[in-house]
Amino acid sequence: MQPARTMRRYRSRTIINRFMLVLTVGSTGVALIPLVLILAYVFQQGIGAWDVQFFTDSFRPVTLGEGEVQTGGVLHAIVGTVIIVGVALLMAMPIGIMAGIYLAEYPGNRAATIIRFCTDVLTAMPSIVVGVTAYILIVQRTQQFSALAGSVALVVLMVPIITRTTEEMLRLVPDSSREAAVALGAPKWWTTLTVVIPMAFSGIVTGILLALARAAGETAPLLVTVLGNNNLAYSIFEPMQALPLLAYRYTEQPFAEMNEQAWGAALLLVLIVLVTNISVRLATRKRLAR
Amino acid sequence: MALTDAFSRSGGLRLRQRLQHGDLIFWLVALFFALLVVALLAIIVAVTWDGSDEARDTFGIIGFITSTEWNPVAGEFGAAPAIYGTVVSSMIALALAAPPAIMIGVFLSDLCPDRLRAPLSLMVELLAAIPSVVYGMWGVFVLIPFYRTFIASPLSETVGEYIPLFAGPVAVGRGLLVAGMILAIMILPTIAAVSRDVLTVVPTHQKEAMLALGATRWEVIRHAQLPYARAGIVGGMMLGLGRALGETMAALMVIGNMPRIEASLFQPATTAAAQIASQLPTTESDLHASSLILMALVLFLITLVANSIARLLVWNVSRQSGGR
Repeated sequence: MQPARTMRRYRSRTIINRFMLVLTVGSTGVALIPLVLILAYVFQQGIGAWDVQFFTDSFRPVTLGEGEVQTGGVLHAIVGTVIIVGVALLMAMPIGIMAGIYLAEYPGNRAATIIRFCTDVLTAMPSIVVGVTAYILIVQRTQQFSALAGSVALVVLMVPIITRTTEEMLRLVPDSSREAAVALGAPKWWTTLTVVIPMAFSGIVTGILLALARAAGETAPLLVTVLGNNNLAYSIFEPMQALPLLAYRYTEQPFAEMNEQAWGAALLLVLIVLVTNISVRLATRKRLAR
Repeated sequence: MALTDAFSRSGGLRLRQRLQHGDLIFWLVALFFALLVVALLAIIVAVTWDGSDEARDTFGIIGFITSTEWNPVAGEFGAAPAIYGTVVSSMIALALAAPPAIMIGVFLSDLCPDRLRAPLSLMVELLAAIPSVVYGMWGVFVLIPFYRTFIASPLSETVGEYIPLFAGPVAVGRGLLVAGMILAIMILPTIAAVSRDVLTVVPTHQKEAMLALGATRWEVIRHAQLPYARAGIVGGMMLGLGRALGETMAALMVIGNMPRIEASLFQPATTAAAQIASQLPTTESDLHASSLILMALVLFLITLVANSIARLLVWNVSRQSGGR
């Protein structure tokens, strides 16, 4: 009697076990499907938009009626993204790296706790709130939408990423290296600049690249600061076009040619993100293995 | 090498003392930049508080978030529809994303063959990094047509007749439910990654104890691992929720941008972030701009609460597991 009941219970437990494991594997597969579909769709649609003109020409009005349709390109958006993100990077790098150095090399006091809390809050802050702040500070004051306002907004989004990565990478440097330098009589700042930072250099570059990839794809803060511009513009005090902005605006257009260009821009953005993240991953894995 | 250089150059005691002063200067420089990070946050709070002055004076904060009327031309600004849309679309996203995301976490931490683990984990993390405008475009061109023909229309024509939650007309297909679906796809990688991390740090002896008692693999997961990692998984869900609450582009592109509160999930609505992004560049009046700024402040506070809870929960789990 007893063994038979145990056997029956064992059988049902095995069945439940098998059922739940299959369910887990199955739902993983099902959940990954839309994500894979999105990537495949972006590649399929985006490649079609890529030709020489796409990279060498800026906006041309869609001509209705007879004749060849001139589609133009997205050069103005590429230039805009490079300028906006580049200016933002110049401002974000010193703040992010120095703050990271402070957190890693002078930890454990109250200032470090407060600073770490603030980077956490900044990381989680909705990007539109940052955009609104840049809008009040620059657009409202100067009565002019400008690339500079967009850069300022992106700085706020980049700084916490750079700070966090720098701090973590400096912590990976073994204390024995610092102690060796100090034992030879080097002061702390000299140790930091000539021993700790060179050892963590590739890690710091990693943080900068991740911040770049994040900033390049941000749309919401640019929408309320940079506004967008159909012409090639180089002045940071004027509205500019940017790749994510163009992707958004062209999606809303009723013309098939513009929708296609939106996908081309989206593919460019996705490639920036994928290449950056994968190369960062490969670089860190190599260093950890060493 | 640089070290020995430094040593030979530093020479006598006086030089070394001067370099010690360098320590003080370097510390001050580093502290200055680190405090700039604090200043950034302070500036954001101060500027949005200051910029929302007019709206706070006119409506009061409570009046602003409870009023349902949003009419820029008539000068009426109430945030209730936007806040309702933000919260409901995020909740839909969380309900849709959390179960499969936790399953992915279980799969990646336990069941996955070793050879697949690294590439799958990498894929999940890459998907979290894809710009939200791309998700929004996919929503517009692929998800909405599919959703309108196969989900919204059939549902509204059958159950929708009796249950107001699914009432038609579906029209273009933009609305709360489809926004929640896009947000779910976006936050799924976040929740999955955190779940995997907290499940991986469950001590082996917990699992071995269950196995020694004759438990099946599923029973180990169900009774040893999930309870141990529960707080961390909830933390991951709150992180995902925070991301959904603050998300602008994906919601802006598929939700329909109508500041109304409707019973049906198929009707167009709006979220706080979408409303700010679409209206701030072309405001009707100073009060309009000020109201949008106040809305940004409210949105920031909501996400701050969600994220604080998330941090506390995840932090507690990692502390329990010996600070690994």
